[in-house]
Amino acid sequence: MIIKYKTIAADDWTVLRPEENDTPHDVVVPCGKVIVPLKVWQAQRDVLQARTELGVWLASDERAEDLKNDLEKFSVIAVDFPKFADGRGYTIAGHLRTRLGYTGELRAIGDVLRDQMFYMQRVGFDAFATRSDKDIGAALKGLNDFSVTYQASSDESMPLFRRIQRGGES
Amino acid sequence: MYRYDNFDHQITGQRIAQFGDQVRRRLSGELTEEEFRILRLHNGLYLQVHAYMLRVAVPYGLLSAAQMRMLATISRRYDRDYGHFSTRQNVQFNWIKLEDAPAILADLASVEMHANQTSGNCIRNITCDEFAGVAHDEILDPRPYAEILRQWSTFHPEFAYLPRKFKIAITGAGEDRAATAVHDIGLSAVKNARGEVGFRVLVGGGLGRTPILGTEICDFVPWQHVITYIESIVRVYNEYGRRDNLYKARIKILVKAIGIDEFRRRVEADWQYTRNGPCTVTTAELNRVAAFFTAPDYEQLPEHNAAMAAQISESRAFSNWVQRNVKPHKVPGYAAVVLSLKKTGIAPGDATAVQMDAAADLAERFSYAELRVTHMQNLVLADVKQSDLFDLWNAARELGMATPNIGLLTDIICCPGGDFCSLANARSIPLAKAIAARFDSLDFQHDIGEIELNMSGCMNACGHHHVGNIGILGVDKDGAEWYQISIGGAQGNHSSLGKVIGRSFTFAQTPEVVGRLLEVYVRERFADERFIDTVRRIGHIPFRDYVYAAPVKDDDALAGVEYRLISAGASHDAPLYAAGI
Repeated sequence: MIIKYKTIAADDWTVLRPEENDTPHDVVVPCGKVIVPLKVWQAQRDVLQARTELGVWLASDERAEDLKNDLEKFSVIAVDFPKFADGRGYTIAGHLRTRLGYTGELRAIGDVLRDQMFYMQRVGFDAFATRSDKDIGAALKGLNDFSVTYQASSDESMPLFRRIQRGGES
Repeated sequence: MYRYDNFDHQITGQRIAQFGDQVRRRLSGELTEEEFRILRLHNGLYLQVHAYMLRVAVPYGLLSAAQMRMLATISRRYDRDYGHFSTRQNVQFNWIKLEDAPAILADLASVEMHANQTSGNCIRNITCDEFAGVAHDEILDPRPYAEILRQWSTFHPEFAYLPRKFKIAITGAGEDRAATAVHDIGLSAVKNARGEVGFRVLVGGGLGRTPILGTEICDFVPWQHVITYIESIVRVYNEYGRRDNLYKARIKILVKAIGIDEFRRRVEADWQYTRNGPCTVTTAELNRVAAFFTAPDYEQLPEHNAAMAAQISESRAFSNWVQRNVKPHKVPGYAAVVLSLKKTGIAPGDATAVQMDAAADLAERFSYAELRVTHMQNLVLADVKQSDLFDLWNAARELGMATPNIGLLTDIICCPGGDFCSLANARSIPLAKAIAARFDSLDFQHDIGEIELNMSGCMNACGHHHVGNIGILGVDKDGAEWYQISIGGAQGNHSSLGKVIGRSFTFAQTPEVVGRLLEVYVRERFADERFIDTVRRIGHIPFRDYVYAAPVKDDDALAGVEYRLISAGASHDAPLYAAGI
C-alpha cells in the first residue's frame, strides 16, 4: 500500500534496487511494472523504452535535469530518500515540477515518514511509499499539518504576500 | 515592532499542534529517538547534560516588554527562574521537561513568539544590528527585511533538511554590528549611485572547526530580489553541499571547494529561473512590514541635556556608565542604553526572572516598551531620553544590570560550555567568572580600554573565540580540560581571525595567561591604541614570547580546581523526564 493523491491505495509497482555487484548494463529488469534506477534507464534505454509501463527513480545525488528529454516515457518518477534527513530530494522534486514541468506521478521512496510528508507534498510529491514498519493510516495525517504557508513552492505558485491581502487581526 | 496577523497566528498554532503530537508519539514510543531528534531540534529543543534545553527565537533580537515578561514567567513556571541570552540574540532555558515543551510553545505564541528552527540543519533565526532603527550611522532599517526573510524561511519546504545549519545576519548601518562576515550569508544594506536600495551579499563565512570570513558573491542585489537571490544560494548549497562528513558540511566548505566564481555561476544559473518571478518582494509587502517599524513619537529635545552634564561631573560612577553603556542615537536628546548581563560572578548572558521582569518595567518606563538582545549577550533599551539616563542608571544598578563594562575586558562572550552543553570539551562559564573576578577592578578595565574576550567550550565556537581580540577555546586532552589561547581576532568592518599563541593551558593557569597578554599590551601600546591595534602592529610573537617565558602559575583563587570535566554528556535513548533534578 502507498499513499497516493491523499488516500491509501494499492500499488503494484516494484522498485528495482540493484545489488552491489550489478552493473547498470547487466542488471535484469523484471517484467511488469518496474521503477528502475536512472543509471539503468540510461544504460538500457534502447530496450526499456519499448515498455508501455515504466518508472524511473533518482538517487538523492542525481539530477532531475538528466530526465529532461524523457519525461513522457514514464508512468511514475520516484525520488529516493536514503535517510529522511537527506534533503536533496526536495530540490529534485521542485526542479521536476517547476523547471521541467513534469505533471505525472511523483513518488517519494526510501526513508519516507509522516513528519516529513507535508514538506514533500509542498515541493511536488503526490505519492508516498511510506516505510513499511510504520502505520500508513497514521502517516496520512501528516499531509494536513498546516493549512497556511508562507512561501511559494510546487503546490502554490505565489508566496502568501501575493495570495491574499495581509494584515487582518485574528 | 512586527505584530502577527491571523495568518501568522494560524501557522504558529498549527506548528504547536504538530509538535505536540510529535511529543505525544515520542512519549508513547511510536517515534524512536533518532526519528524524534530532528523534529525536536526544529522546535528548538536540545538534549543537554542535565535536561532538555529550549532555545526560544528572538527574531532579529527585538522584544516587547510583554514578551520579556513572558520569558520571565516561563523561567518560573517551567525552569529555574532564569534564562540565558545567547550570541544569536536568542534565549535559552536549561532545565526543561520534554512533556512541558508544547505548553511552553503555546505560552510563547500568546505573545507572538516561537522556537521555530532555532536548531537543526535549517535556516536559523536571522540576526540583526542591535541598534537597528536608532543607529546614527544607519543607511536603512534592516528589520523589515529581516522579518520578510523570517517569514520566507519559516517552514520553507525545500530547506528543512540542509546539509548543516544555516545562519543569516543582516545590517543596515555603516559599522557592521551584526558580524556579517562570520555567517553563512551576511547582508549589508547599500545604496547605489541612483539612490536605490540593495544588499551586498557575503557568503560562506563561519566559525566552528574551519573559521573562514565570508566572501562577496554579489556587491548589489536590489531589495526586491533579496528572497529569490538567497533562495538560489541555499538551493545550490542544498544540492551540492557535502553530506558525508558533519564537519565539512557547512556552505563555507562548498564555497571553498569549488571557488567563489564557480559557486556564483551556479547561483546565477539557478536565479535565472526565479528572478522577477512571484517571489520578488513587492513594494506593498515591504510597506506593510515596514509600517510595523516606524519610529516612536519622539519629543523635540536639545542635542545635549544640561542636567545630564551636571550629573556626569558629580558622579564618577554615573560618568563611567555613560561612557561605556550609553550609545549615540540618531534623534537629538535621546540615547541607546546597554544593560549589562556581564556582572562579575554571574554567567555571561544569564538573567534571572526578577531581572527579566524588571527590564520589562524599565523598557515601559523609559524606552517605549521595547528591548533588544545583543549578540554580545547584553540587553538594549534603544530609545531613552538623555534626561532619564540618571534615573535609569539608578534603577539598573539596583538590579545588577548597570556594570559599566560594555566593550571592556569583563564583557565576555561565552557559550554555556561543559556545565550544560553535551558537545563541550571544557567548561567556559566558570572560567569566564574566574577571569572576570581577577580583572574586576574598573580602573584597570578602563585603563585597558576596548577589548573583546570571547570563549568557547569546544570548536563549534558558539562563543565566537576566533573573532575575539583574545580568544579562548576549550580543548579535551585525555579527558581533561585545557584551553588554547589566540589573539588578533576581531568582528565588525575589520574582521579578522585570531592566531593561536602556542600550547594550551590548564583552567587554573588561564587567568594568569590573560594577565600576561595584557602586560605586553600595556608595555607596548601607543597612547590611545586599542589592544587589537597593538596586536596588529607588533604581531603575536612578543605576546607569545612573554607568556611562555616563565612557568605559568595557577591563579590564587583557583587552587585545587578539578581539571577533569565531570559531565559525561547526554546520550539518552529514552525520553528524559527531568522530574527530580
